[in-house]
Amino acid sequence: MTAPDLECTHLTKRFGDTTAVQDVSFEVPPGSFFSILGPSGCGKTTIMRMIAGFLAPTSGDIRIKGRSVLDVAPNKRPVNMVFQHLALFPMMNIAENIGYGLRRKGLPKAEITRKVGEVLERIGLPDIGARKVDELSGGQKQRVAIARCMVLEPDVLLLDEPLGALDLKLREHMKIELKALQAAFDTTFVYITHDQSEALVMSDNIAVMNAGQFEQVGSARDLYYRPETAFVAGFVGDSNRWRGQVMGVSGDTLQLRSENGLELRGSCHGRRLARNDTAEIFVRPEAIRLGHSAQDVSHFDNRLSGEVTSLLFNGAASRILMRPESGGEEIEVTLPQSGEFAHLDRGAQVHIGWSSDQGSCFAAGTA
Amino acid sequence: MQAAHRLGFVLLLTPLVLWLALLIIIPHIDMFFVSLRERVGVGEYETSLANYRTFLEEPLYLMTFARTAVMSVLATALTLLIGFPVAYYIAKIARGRVRSALFLLCLVPFWVSELVRTFGWMILLRETGVFSSLLQWAGLAQGPVEMLYNDAAIMVGLVYTSMLFMVVPLVTTLDSLDDAVIEAGYDLGGSGPSILREIVIPHAMPGIVSGSIVVFMLSLGNYLTPIMLGGKDSLWFTELIYSQFIVRFNWELGAVFGFMLLILSSVIVWGTLRLTGQTLEKTMG
Amino acid sequence: MKTYATQLKYAAVITGAFALAAPANADTLRLLTWGGYAPENVIEKFEAETGHTVEVTLSNNEEMIAKLRATGGGGFDLAQPSQDRIAGPQAEFGIYKPIDLSKIDESQFIPSMLMATKANTTVGDEIYGVPHVWGTSGLVLDTAKAGMVKDYTDLCAPEVSGNVSYRLRRPTLIGFAFAMGMDPFAAYGDEQAYTEMMEEVEAKLKDCKPNVKAYWSGGDELMNLLRSGEVVAAMAWDTGGWKLNDDNADITFVAPASGALGWIDTFVLPAKGRADDAAYDWINFVMQPEVSAMITDSVGNFTASQGADEYVSDALKAKYQASFPPEAVDNIKWYPPVPAGLEVIEGAVLDRVKAAN
Repeated sequence: MTAPDLECTHLTKRFGDTTAVQDVSFEVPPGSFFSILGPSGCGKTTIMRMIAGFLAPTSGDIRIKGRSVLDVAPNKRPVNMVFQHLALFPMMNIAENIGYGLRRKGLPKAEITRKVGEVLERIGLPDIGARKVDELSGGQKQRVAIARCMVLEPDVLLLDEPLGALDLKLREHMKIELKALQAAFDTTFVYITHDQSEALVMSDNIAVMNAGQFEQVGSARDLYYRPETAFVAGFVGDSNRWRGQVMGVSGDTLQLRSENGLELRGSCHGRRLARNDTAEIFVRPEAIRLGHSAQDVSHFDNRLSGEVTSLLFNGAASRILMRPESGGEEIEVTLPQSGEFAHLDRGAQVHIGWSSDQGSCFAAGTA
Repeated sequence: MQAAHRLGFVLLLTPLVLWLALLIIIPHIDMFFVSLRERVGVGEYETSLANYRTFLEEPLYLMTFARTAVMSVLATALTLLIGFPVAYYIAKIARGRVRSALFLLCLVPFWVSELVRTFGWMILLRETGVFSSLLQWAGLAQGPVEMLYNDAAIMVGLVYTSMLFMVVPLVTTLDSLDDAVIEAGYDLGGSGPSILREIVIPHAMPGIVSGSIVVFMLSLGNYLTPIMLGGKDSLWFTELIYSQFIVRFNWELGAVFGFMLLILSSVIVWGTLRLTGQTLEKTMG
Repeated sequence: MKTYATQLKYAAVITGAFALAAPANADTLRLLTWGGYAPENVIEKFEAETGHTVEVTLSNNEEMIAKLRATGGGGFDLAQPSQDRIAGPQAEFGIYKPIDLSKIDESQFIPSMLMATKANTTVGDEIYGVPHVWGTSGLVLDTAKAGMVKDYTDLCAPEVSGNVSYRLRRPTLIGFAFAMGMDPFAAYGDEQAYTEMMEEVEAKLKDCKPNVKAYWSGGDELMNLLRSGEVVAAMAWDTGGWKLNDDNADITFVAPASGALGWIDTFVLPAKGRADDAAYDWINFVMQPEVSAMITDSVGNFTASQGADEYVSDALKAKYQASFPPEAVDNIKWYPPVPAGLEVIEGAVLDRVKAAN
């Protein structure tokens, strides 16, 4: 088995009394796209800066291709970084920007010119070498920033929320392009972001980080459908969320009474929960079926009826808010795309249902 | 509406035009005419270039002229050399209160008059002064050491007087350099010196040039520091101008000197801008 | 006690006399003078007695003339250049106006001094100046360390090498010329002879340069140099030596063997002065013996006021007599008027001395 490109073991960083990163371990296999997803202040930037070498870990080890890099200065590490605001050198033109690292390596001029030409070709901007940085569009700068790193053929490329400064349309486009570039260069990318859609779309593996620790590491699908902690369930994707008391347990299926009086069934997916425990239950809006009559949802073990209070139109991702008759908060439900409910109005009476399998339960208090 | 607009424009422009005309242009024109006057007898004058000829033919004047220029350039270079690390520390390394405190420290000397500042240096440098006593106390010198009345003392005084005018534009430009750009330099394999050379200095160039221009002009036009700290051989061009105007009653030659100084500073500033590829708009804007 | 009472009575009489006239022609007197020539107590007294107000601007000979020249003689109502710097600039720039002697109480002046000043400040048929404060320049020595210095040229002796200071100004040239056995004042009228004389002085000063610690330019600077002992022999004004004598009994003013250089600062009316009456009032006021004595106490120099000596402190009189035995007084070289254009010759010499290595 080949060594992972990047391996962090028991990584900890303290700033005075605050612990920014606590005992984080992970490994990134060669050629994969690894994301660290978390809210701002969770410590993800600290991890990235430790990998790049701008910060020294308080304890733990960082290995690149099996070799510890703790005593290697940032300018000697086989790791390069794309900064949040790209940090292109405004005093140089594009070719000089890309050639900077090669010049520092002391490559002959002709080879630098050749390599810069090649990488510009690969990012699809062959003729911009002589341009100034501020003459490029946001997307072009993005590609140049990546090319500037990739021309050095690093073992790992770190990306620190590089799409944050772009407008929405371009951001959507760049997500796809970044993934394509990663495939084209066949290099390990470590990407940090607070935007779950960036992480979900591009990554092979995602670590969800909260308060200095990894909550869960897994594929986008795992995180979305099988969150292991309440934080992940709440942070990744949208969920309806209730808090209540466990009334009964039978195998994986739990019976809960929510604080606002709803009787709900959910699944603990192997987590230990017992009768009388306080638990939280998360149900995704698209897991909930909508029906005109009670019959339509009669086959689900969770059933509610109520009145539509709001219509949230958003094309394919349109939702409604409904208030259950039996009390409690409004519930968000995805409209099916069949067009069956296209003419639903506010105040309409609807029935909803979902299987207990779709309701993830966690012991309360973890998030 | 249109008329009101025009009136506002004229009102805004008037002080500037008046200032330029009354305080700069008209006196210079007058100076120019004075410089073309040749005294032929008591109260009698003729128009001629005799004064300019005097300037060019007297080696003392030319030597003082060149000496002042060279010393000013040197003072500017020294100020830059000392000021750059200071500015870098203030802009990039110091944070919060330390930063304000350091900035304030640069400003403190300007709370007292230039005369007092120069006297301060005299107290430190003179034979019976603080440094000399310290050296003797430490056993590093046998007898009193005279550090005043030489060109080095002038240099110290000029650099000290000019420091703030170098540090402020440098801090401003260095402040505008994103820290990430420097980190990117390291990340891409740059070493300290190469980042300084390829990233920090090119970025700070407008600040370096504008600071240097100001410091150079201040040094060139300084009067008190060279007179008070300088020795018996230390000639300074402003001293010549003063003595022509005030001591010798020779306004004509004084005006010529004044013009020469103006031309010299213009030429050097223009040359510096050309050499560094900067424009006046970029450095002053 | 008796003197004090008399003084009071006298002052009261004068106050009464002026108070009557004062409101009619109260003016602002813009006075261009030297430091110490218009002390606060004198100004207060004058203002109280005449109703005029006094604005003082401190300056020196060269700056006074430059200021008046820049405005064509405007901006001030009364100025006090030295008597040798009146005729030349007047001929060249016309910056003064004649003095109306009928408005001055000539009996208050020492007659010989008044006569000499009148003679020296006459241009055409008009008199432009009357004397006020006089003094000399010579040698200020630390007699313990530089007792051997008897004349200006001794400043170049090896014994005091590195501890000497003088100004690079015209008095130095004149003083050295006398010490070298020449008479520059006699050559004032002969440019050729004067130039040659100055060339000899130039050579001497160039030779002397290694001896010099620094050329002083301000009085305070020289005081510091002497007080700290960094300089033991200097060419300077008499009052400077007397002041230092208070702190260090070894330091005092010595009249050089070739004669101290005597100067008289005068009163002149700038050409565009606006308050001539106030100016005449000031002249008559400060020439009273008691007021003159107050000025002498302030500045250290004696005045041309007849009988003021009585009121001057004994300490100052003693110092004066120690520095000026009778034969030294007779030997004082009084500056004659400087012909216009002489400064150019001297300036070139001074420049070359400064540039010499």
